[in-house]
Amino acid sequence: MASLREIQSRINSTKKTSQITKAMHMVSASKLSKAELNAKSFNPYMEKIQEVIGAIASGAPDATHPMLESRPVKKTAYLVITSDRGLVGAYNSHVLKAALGKIRERHTSKDEVVILSIGRNGVDFFNKLGYNVVQSVIGVSDHPTFAEIKDITREAVGKFIDGEYDELYMYYNHFVSAISQEVTEKKVLPLSDISSMKSTASYEFEPSAEAILEVLLPQYAESLMYGAVLDGKASEHASSMTAMKAATDNAMELIDDLTLSFNRARQAAITQEITEIVGGVAALE
Amino acid sequence: MSTIKVNIVTPDGPVYDSDANMVIAVTTTGELGILPGHIPMVAPLEIGAVRLNKGSSTERVAVSGGFLEVRPDQVTILAQSAELAEDIDTARAIEAKKRAEERLQQKQGDLDAKRAELALRRAMNRLDVAKGKI
Repeated sequence: MASLREIQSRINSTKKTSQITKAMHMVSASKLSKAELNAKSFNPYMEKIQEVIGAIASGAPDATHPMLESRPVKKTAYLVITSDRGLVGAYNSHVLKAALGKIRERHTSKDEVVILSIGRNGVDFFNKLGYNVVQSVIGVSDHPTFAEIKDITREAVGKFIDGEYDELYMYYNHFVSAISQEVTEKKVLPLSDISSMKSTASYEFEPSAEAILEVLLPQYAESLMYGAVLDGKASEHASSMTAMKAATDNAMELIDDLTLSFNRARQAAITQEITEIVGGVAALE
Repeated sequence: MSTIKVNIVTPDGPVYDSDANMVIAVTTTGELGILPGHIPMVAPLEIGAVRLNKGSSTERVAVSGGFLEVRPDQVTILAQSAELAEDIDTARAIEAKKRAEERLQQKQGDLDAKRAELALRRAMNRLDVAKGKI
């Protein structure tokens, strides 16, 4: 059995760790509630855009735009949203595993794939595997504003229009609840689902439906990506919260075990001392 | 005087939500004034100022593109960024303008030049709106 002092020092260090993880748990919890608010304030914008696109799709079904057309796929882009730091449980590994699995399933050569990454973990992961990471954003704040990721979304849409790749998929953790996040795959480009958006409103288009699509579709695709970043951030905070909660619980359990063996060791030491004294007295008689 | 509801929404949340007598916006085909009871319409916007006339006062909002959705009782402006004149950080706008000018002068490829030009226009628009010039 370890000495009393050894056990005591392990108890102390575990206590300190648990204090840190507990603090991180609470920080993540407050960040999560803020992230949920952010996602909520983004919703009206998205809904409105979808409504107008739906109105164009049903009001002027012949309107065309390069972003709506599927073309033969030579190159595919994957936008992967991860976190910058660790301590978030399985948040990153889930999304990276899902993305890599799909990429390996769909493509035989790495030349067919380009990676866009938001978050350090994704950049490192795909760089190490030798994939072509064409663009990345590191250091997105805990409560991202649209301006922070505008560059990557604009580029992502621009390169699709220029024909550098013919499809764009997005991988992120969808926030279901504080204890459950789901890896989600979404096809961003070409935008194929707009005809399913129904709208009751009918509008005059000034100057034309095409001219509006020209402005609207890039804005819509960029919003999809921004929405995913907000969703991913909420998941990140939730995941971090759960991970830190588990760490705190484990530390508490460990402290209980250690305290038990500390008490046993203390008791054993006392018993031994008494035996020694009794033995000493017996020897004197 | 009748009024029309005006909403200005960006990805970061609503920027403006109030009533106005008339909304004047710069669309790609020119300036457009909207009074209450306008037919439903959608139009893309230029980088420019949206003016909201309310009684005798006028409020200005700098928008960078986006589009305008009109219904008889409501105007919604959806832009990637929008700022009320009094919220504009002039120091930052001047900084952005300088950066864009420098980038324009270096001229690295068409794409960069185009982007710098847009950035310059956005910065100048924000400055103009902040000063109440337009």
